[in-house]
Amino acid sequence: MATRALGPVRRSFAPWNDPTAVPLIRFDKVTKRFGGFTAVDDLTLDIHEREFFALLGPSGCGKTTLMRMLAGFEEPTEGRITLGGEDMAGRPPYRRPTNMMFQSYALFPHMTVEGNIAFGLKQDGMTKGEIASRVEEMLKLTRLESFAKRKPHQLSGGQRQRVALARSLAKKPKVLLLDEPLGALDKKLRQDTQFELMDIQVTLGLTFLIVTHDQEEAMTVADRVAVMDKGKLIQVATPGEIYEQPNSRYVADFIGDINIIEGRITGASGGRVTIGSAEAEAPLTVASEADLAKDTTAWIAVRPEKTRLSLDAPPAGTANALTGTIFDIAYLGDWTVYLVQLPGGKILRVSQANMTRTVERPISWDDKVHLWWAPEAGVLLSR
Amino acid sequence: MAEKRPNARWFVIALPYLWLAVFFLLPFLIVFKISLSTPTLAQPPYVPSFNSLAEIWEKARQFTIDNYAFLASDSLYYSSYFSSLRIAAISTLLLLLIGYPFAYAMARAPRAIQPMLLMLVILPSWTSFLIRVYAWIGILKPEGLLSAFLIWLGVIDQPLRIMNTETAVFIGIVYAYLPFMVLPLYASLEKLDPTLLEAAADLGCPPWKAFWLITVPLSLPGIIAGSFLVFIPAVGEFVIPDLLGGSDTLMIGKTLWREFFGNRDWPVASAVAVVLLLLLVLPIVVYQHMQARQVEAAR
Repeated sequence: MATRALGPVRRSFAPWNDPTAVPLIRFDKVTKRFGGFTAVDDLTLDIHEREFFALLGPSGCGKTTLMRMLAGFEEPTEGRITLGGEDMAGRPPYRRPTNMMFQSYALFPHMTVEGNIAFGLKQDGMTKGEIASRVEEMLKLTRLESFAKRKPHQLSGGQRQRVALARSLAKKPKVLLLDEPLGALDKKLRQDTQFELMDIQVTLGLTFLIVTHDQEEAMTVADRVAVMDKGKLIQVATPGEIYEQPNSRYVADFIGDINIIEGRITGASGGRVTIGSAEAEAPLTVASEADLAKDTTAWIAVRPEKTRLSLDAPPAGTANALTGTIFDIAYLGDWTVYLVQLPGGKILRVSQANMTRTVERPISWDDKVHLWWAPEAGVLLSR
Repeated sequence: MAEKRPNARWFVIALPYLWLAVFFLLPFLIVFKISLSTPTLAQPPYVPSFNSLAEIWEKARQFTIDNYAFLASDSLYYSSYFSSLRIAAISTLLLLLIGYPFAYAMARAPRAIQPMLLMLVILPSWTSFLIRVYAWIGILKPEGLLSAFLIWLGVIDQPLRIMNTETAVFIGIVYAYLPFMVLPLYASLEKLDPTLLEAAADLGCPPWKAFWLITVPLSLPGIIAGSFLVFIPAVGEFVIPDLLGGSDTLMIGKTLWREFFGNRDWPVASAVAVVLLLLLVLPIVVYQHMQARQVEAAR
């Protein structure tokens, strides 16, 4: 029996769906205010052991503050943070089982790569032999063996990033906190490092909490993503769910590209909701079990790649069929993105995979086109 | 036109050397020459004196190292040197102990008020050095402000005997030289990235330990610069020990002054000055070397 899933899943790893599972980290009604500014607003969140969890949001949304409270650099104004069942209130950072990889890396400039990695181990009073073998292990894990004796200023950006990772992993923390860890790297290196991070997380069996404003990064590395805005969690779900089943216009718009069409509910029956919109000549249909009153404002969100585009009209009776004019075309190689202007003036984005090298009847600027999408392709949003 | 450019470049490079040659090397050579002369009752009070350059070779055999031998034979001189180095070293240590917290607090103060704090450190230097040292006489003398204040508080019932002691010299030097210690320390502490201390704490290092493992090593350039900046002039200090110190406070500046103006023994005074310079050249060379290494490391 094939089960339907939203996006790829790590099989048999979904502790957040298990009501008996005890979370490793628990933010319980946590609020943080700086003067009159509320950075984190009455937030409750559970993170499970061995999870790769991403906090995603624009700058100033409170994601970094949330992480810094877990590390102990900030104390919550209200609420409680527990880690492994222990209340972290009043516990200084140097006595918490978390380690952080800083956005600026914060490598000690007067110490060698080895010295940086060994720093945390020395604080734990490990023997010289134990420290040496752990440092060796970390150097190997991050492929830095030949740079052990160098100082940070003698390394490239990518190498420094790996030293920072090695240093924060050396103590095998219960939770590794990653604060925009790849922000300073170029795109190619960033993508490689993302896969490396996932490998290391699975290999070491640690819990990772990453803060990022890069949705692609969050989607790539994380088991679950929390989308934040103005100190609140908007949606916490797997990357697949976040993308395919956003719970609000904010999430839909923040993750990837999407077309959002505003309208009013005209009817709902048998798992289908119809909406009348000024943008479309005919009513739009979307698959939804939502029970919304007639005439309330609602939005239909549909991804560009789930929208069909053609010079020819679809068969009569096709749902969500619209017509428009090609306003602009962006050729990206693997994809072509078309901006289609509807008669009402609204511009929709449609993307098509370029599966063949040549196209028989290419679509060009100012062409009259037809576009449509299946009722199951759209998502009904009520906020 | 193209041929003239190297000349212009040479001129720019030569200018500071020319300056040093005229205002440092030449006077030094004159002092050195006098230190090899013999004192006499005349004008100038030493022989040989030259009326023309041509006479230099003629009279060169009259030069003597007797003055240096004399310095070595009389314990007054080497105890003066030793005492100067000791007082300068203790003063440097005191300045470091007082200046470091000072600079640290400044570097940690809100950004907006840092320029004002910096101003407050520099401001006293805008009055005459001599007047500020005189002011300390008014504070430290037995019937002075400090004693009067402490008696009024009831802390002591007899006036303090600080004036004309070594303690007064330390107070004077620490007061006068504090900006020269604080400014380089502030410059290096201000550059320190506070995230490094967070990283240390995150890795299990309590704040007092992080201070020794992170803050102190990273402010070492400031510590070295500040220490040299106060140690070198403190060794040769004359005004402070003369005005605040007692007759038993030996410092080489005072000894030199006495030789020169009291005994009118220019050759011995010059020899004292030359040896003092040699004593100070060593730490200056070490300092230069360290600075060069820093510039190298910063690249």
